[in-house]
Amino acid sequence: MYIIVIGGGRLGYYLLKELLKEGHEVLVLEKDSRVCKTITDELGSVCFRGDGCEAATLAEVGTGRADMFIAVTGDDEDNLVACQVAKHKHNVPRTIARLRNPRNAILFKKLGVDVTVSSTDLIIEAIEREVPTHPVTQLLTLEEKGLVIVDVKITPESSTVGKTVKDLKLPRESKLALIIPNEGSAHVPASHTVLHPGDQIIAVTPPETKEALKAALSGK
Amino acid sequence: MNILIMGCGRVGARLASLLDGDGHKVTILDNDTYSFRRLPPSFSGTALFGNGTDEEALKKAGIEDADLFVALTQGDNRNVMACQIAKHIFKVPRVVCRIYDPLREEMYSALGLETISPTKIFAQLLREKIEG
Repeated sequence: MYIIVIGGGRLGYYLLKELLKEGHEVLVLEKDSRVCKTITDELGSVCFRGDGCEAATLAEVGTGRADMFIAVTGDDEDNLVACQVAKHKHNVPRTIARLRNPRNAILFKKLGVDVTVSSTDLIIEAIEREVPTHPVTQLLTLEEKGLVIVDVKITPESSTVGKTVKDLKLPRESKLALIIPNEGSAHVPASHTVLHPGDQIIAVTPPETKEALKAALSGK
Repeated sequence: MNILIMGCGRVGARLASLLDGDGHKVTILDNDTYSFRRLPPSFSGTALFGNGTDEEALKKAGIEDADLFVALTQGDNRNVMACQIAKHIFKVPRVVCRIYDPLREEMYSALGLETISPTKIFAQLLREKIEG
C-alpha cells in the first residue's frame, strides 16, 4: 500500500517507522527542513519537504496513486484541509485525521474525512479499561457501523445474578457476544445461560443504548 | 444584518468599522485581544476574545443568529475550517472565506464555499496597472 503521512512530528515519526516495518511504501510530508533532514538521515529518503495542504505539493509526490492519507500535524485545521485536498483533488480513497479537540469529530466526518483519531478519547478509553470498578468499559468503537464493543462486569450486588439471559430486558439492538466467567473458559451465551457474580460480558451495542444495556445487565 | 467577523487584523478591523458605519450589527472575534486596538473609537459593535474554530466560542459570539460570517485570519486553513463550521454546523445563510492560496481557493470554491483570494485579485490589479 502507498501511504502518505502529513506531519513528521513525534507521532508522524513513529507512525512512519511502524508502517515501514509492515512493509508499506510510505512518504512523510514535513514543512520543517530540519525535521525532514533528521528523518531522512535516520530512515532513508522517506521524507519530502513541503506543505501537505498544498495541492501542488501533493501532486508532486503522487498522491493520486496513494491508498491511504494520514494527517497527524498538531493543528486540527491543517489536518482537515490536508485530508480534504487529498480527497477532492486527488481522490484518495481513505483519509485519516488526528484530532486535538475531540469535539471536532462530528465536523470532520460531515466534511468527508473517513476516520478521525482523538488521542484524548483513546487515553480516556484506556483509563476506563484499567479502572476495575468501572461497570462498563468501552473496548472498541466501530464508527462506520455505528456500534461499540463493551465489557460489562456482573458484580455480586447485581440483581441479575442467577438470572438467565432470556430473563434480561436487553435493548433490542444490543447483542451479548461472549461471557468470560471468573473460573472456567469463555463461552458464547445461549438463552438459558445463567449469570454469575464475577462474569465479564462482552457485548456489541449502538452507543445510544449503552446505558440501557448496562442497566439491563446490572439490574439497576 | 447580524454580521460575525473572525480575525481583527487590518482588513477585519476595517471591514468591521465600515459595516458598523452602515448600520449593521457587527461582532468581531479574535484570539488576541491586542488586535482590537485596530478598531476605531467610533466602533459601536462587539469585540470578543475567542477562537473561531471553536464551536463554543462561535456560539458565544452569536453565530446562531448571524446572517453573514466572514473569516479573515492569517491562516488559510483556519479560515476554511471556521467557514465550514459556520456553513455546515450552524447553517449561517452567507459565509465568506479569505484564502490566500489560489489553488486552495479554487478547490473550496468548487466545493461550495464563497471564497476570495487576495493573491489572485491583487496580482490581476497590478497587471492591469502595469499594462494599462
